[in-house]
Amino acid sequence: MDAITENLDAFWSGFLTSLGICLWAMVGSLFLGTVLAGCRVSPVPPLRAFGTWWVTTFRNTPLTVVLFFFAFGLPAIGINASFYFFGVSGLVVYTSAFVCEAIRSGINSVSAGQAEAARSIGLTFGQSLTLVVLPQALRTVVPPLGSVIIAMFKNSAVVGAFGVGGDLFSTGATLTSAQGYANLPVITGVAIGYLAITLPAGAILQVIERRVAISR
Amino acid sequence: MKLRRKILTASLAATIIGLSACGGGGDDEATAPVEDSPEFEAGTTMAELAEQGSIVVGTKYDQPGFGLENLEGELEGFDVEIAKIIAAALGIAAEDIEYMETPSAVREEVIEDGDVDLVAATYTINEERALRITFAGPYYQAGQQIMVLTDNDTITGPDSLMENPDAIVCSVTGSTPSQNIQEYLASPEQLVLFEEYSLCADALTNGQVQAVTTDNVILAGFVSGSDGEFKLVGEQFTEEPYGIGIEKGDVAFCEFINETLAAAAESGAYEEAWETTAGMIEGAELPELPEPAPCA
Amino acid sequence: MTTEAVLYDEPGPKARRRIRIWTIVAGAAIVALLVVAVRRLAERDQFSMEKWGPLISPANEDFASVWRVIGEGLGNTIRAAVLAMLLSVVIGTIIAIGRLSLGRTGRIPLVGLVEFLRGVPVVVTIYFTSRVLPDFVETSGWIGGEQLWFLVIGLTLYNSVIFAEIVRAGVLSLPSGQREAALAIGLTNAQTMRSVLLPQAFRIMLPAIISQLVVVLKDTSLIAVVGNYEELVGAGERLYIILGNPIQMFTVIAVIYIAINYTLGRFAQFLEHRLSRSSKSAAVRVEQEATTAGA
Repeated sequence: MDAITENLDAFWSGFLTSLGICLWAMVGSLFLGTVLAGCRVSPVPPLRAFGTWWVTTFRNTPLTVVLFFFAFGLPAIGINASFYFFGVSGLVVYTSAFVCEAIRSGINSVSAGQAEAARSIGLTFGQSLTLVVLPQALRTVVPPLGSVIIAMFKNSAVVGAFGVGGDLFSTGATLTSAQGYANLPVITGVAIGYLAITLPAGAILQVIERRVAISR
Repeated sequence: MKLRRKILTASLAATIIGLSACGGGGDDEATAPVEDSPEFEAGTTMAELAEQGSIVVGTKYDQPGFGLENLEGELEGFDVEIAKIIAAALGIAAEDIEYMETPSAVREEVIEDGDVDLVAATYTINEERALRITFAGPYYQAGQQIMVLTDNDTITGPDSLMENPDAIVCSVTGSTPSQNIQEYLASPEQLVLFEEYSLCADALTNGQVQAVTTDNVILAGFVSGSDGEFKLVGEQFTEEPYGIGIEKGDVAFCEFINETLAAAAESGAYEEAWETTAGMIEGAELPELPEPAPCA
Repeated sequence: MTTEAVLYDEPGPKARRRIRIWTIVAGAAIVALLVVAVRRLAERDQFSMEKWGPLISPANEDFASVWRVIGEGLGNTIRAAVLAMLLSVVIGTIIAIGRLSLGRTGRIPLVGLVEFLRGVPVVVTIYFTSRVLPDFVETSGWIGGEQLWFLVIGLTLYNSVIFAEIVRAGVLSLPSGQREAALAIGLTNAQTMRSVLLPQAFRIMLPAIISQLVVVLKDTSLIAVVGNYEELVGAGERLYIILGNPIQMFTVIAVIYIAINYTLGRFAQFLEHRLSRSSKSAAVRVEQEATTAGA
């Protein structure tokens, strides 16, 4: 257990870095995913095609490949940013495809009468989507969306391999392979770090689910 | 990258030559003649290996010039040739060598577990490792250096990293160079780590990092393949003697390897091993076989 | 019923004009984006035959070797994914039966295990198997290579608990009359589970199992971050280091992945559609459990 107690500082800063990545990626992927869902249900064919392409591409490609394209592909065509930015962006783009699908299936779950009523009182497509359909879709969307976000928190462990230094997973890799600490305690420490993010997230999700749940 | 192309082309050519040579019964690649049933004192590792007629060698599969698996699944590099020289002295032909991939993190372990008979894998001799295994050699003396873009005039060596805290240095996760460089950095954020050096070279080309650091030979490979895009700066600031890892305490085997290396240097087999592998990298100088370290 | 019909009426002349304007604007924006990307790629020589040749031109000297390595990588990916799926289904079913048949206190350790493994990243479990396992078990002689099994076991640790949840949801979604009827004709609890509940649950779960296969196929690539098993992404990595064409290589790898996973995804949808005629809600619920669990 020395491996953990001697390196509490490293674990703590790794935890904070990972938490930061998770929060940025959560905000980003929820926003982007919602926009994409809007594209996919809009009446404009190019936007629908774009949304479909996006979802098909990023949902079926391994995260490692997506992150590779961000860390090495974009700079190769002259787009430079920090590896941290690329790592978070890759995570956002990958996760947004899942967020989009969760929201879209939520929109599908809202009964047709709601949208019809919204239109009949003269709301536009944008208004009926944002004022009537989405708020109701949110309720059915919360459980799957929550799972997507928690999965993303776990996926954040992969960005460490793409130049984002100092996150929980790469802290563990450095401690074991470069500084020679025993594997078992270090990996246990890393696992606890991620559980400290995912378990409370799961609990918060349940509270939100209960809040938004309505009997229909 | 040009170097990669060169190694690839060379490897493909070697395969074709190797195939045609098979028919003729000759072997173009042999660097040292295989001993004809050599005699060893009973009970030694050498006697055992010679008796069994095969040997398991741990090496790297992704290190251009030292141990790289080509498209045909064959290994080539200086480490591989050194292993062949040792095998030949034991009366084992090149085709009877069984290779196992040993990345940096597992090298001591595979030796301790007896999974391999020896490890030749750009394996720096150091005290920590010598507690767990025995090193024969060294057979090559490398040193850590810094590589930058040719038009970079601000980074002139490891010491200028401290003065340029915005410059990012790239190295490989869990490697000795990544640990050595840390005392030269203004902050830990200056270091970026990847799984492989080629990723560092790509990041350097892309302008994502400003410097790459590792052993000079590896960097020299990238410099020569870059068409003048990269250059080395500053002196070698560490000494990295590459040794051959064997089971802890096998002094007889260690001394045998050292004698074999000395004999290979004498006969020109050592030189040939270098010339056909890492020596193909432009600007790579023919090394002298370093003085062997005492076996323990 | 399609989505758009919910959200908007059949557009009239005015709406159609508006849609047409938006179509032009959005289309132009997308085309502009594409043009910029293509020009940037061309400026940096990313369309050269030197970089694409080994991948697309059979006349290229390396073409055959490159595709042989990619093929082997793909084979390794599929082997690892299928093994991990089979193991996960078996172990997951056992965990699920345990959870369903043990009492309230008896299942606490199982629930704890499930929660623990669900909360840890798969890359951490694979890291665990490839670094810690060899410290305790002799792994070097394992058939198929220890790296394969590090990956398979790492994937199984996570996916078996996902399957446990899928199986549990599948069994619970069956009408309670099934179990009651089985017990009434004198079957034991174990017989009821084995010959009545599980077979029906598996039928409902089939789409979910296929969806999860997509997740597992993608997750095999995580070994590229921690180990040496040469699956598709690892093969691409080795090839591009030799050939010097990372963007082209990973584009091809991504296309292969998308083709396989898209096909599997459609197949899952097709199965789900067929099943939904009989027991819609159950299939949908189980499917949801699967698609959202992995990502």
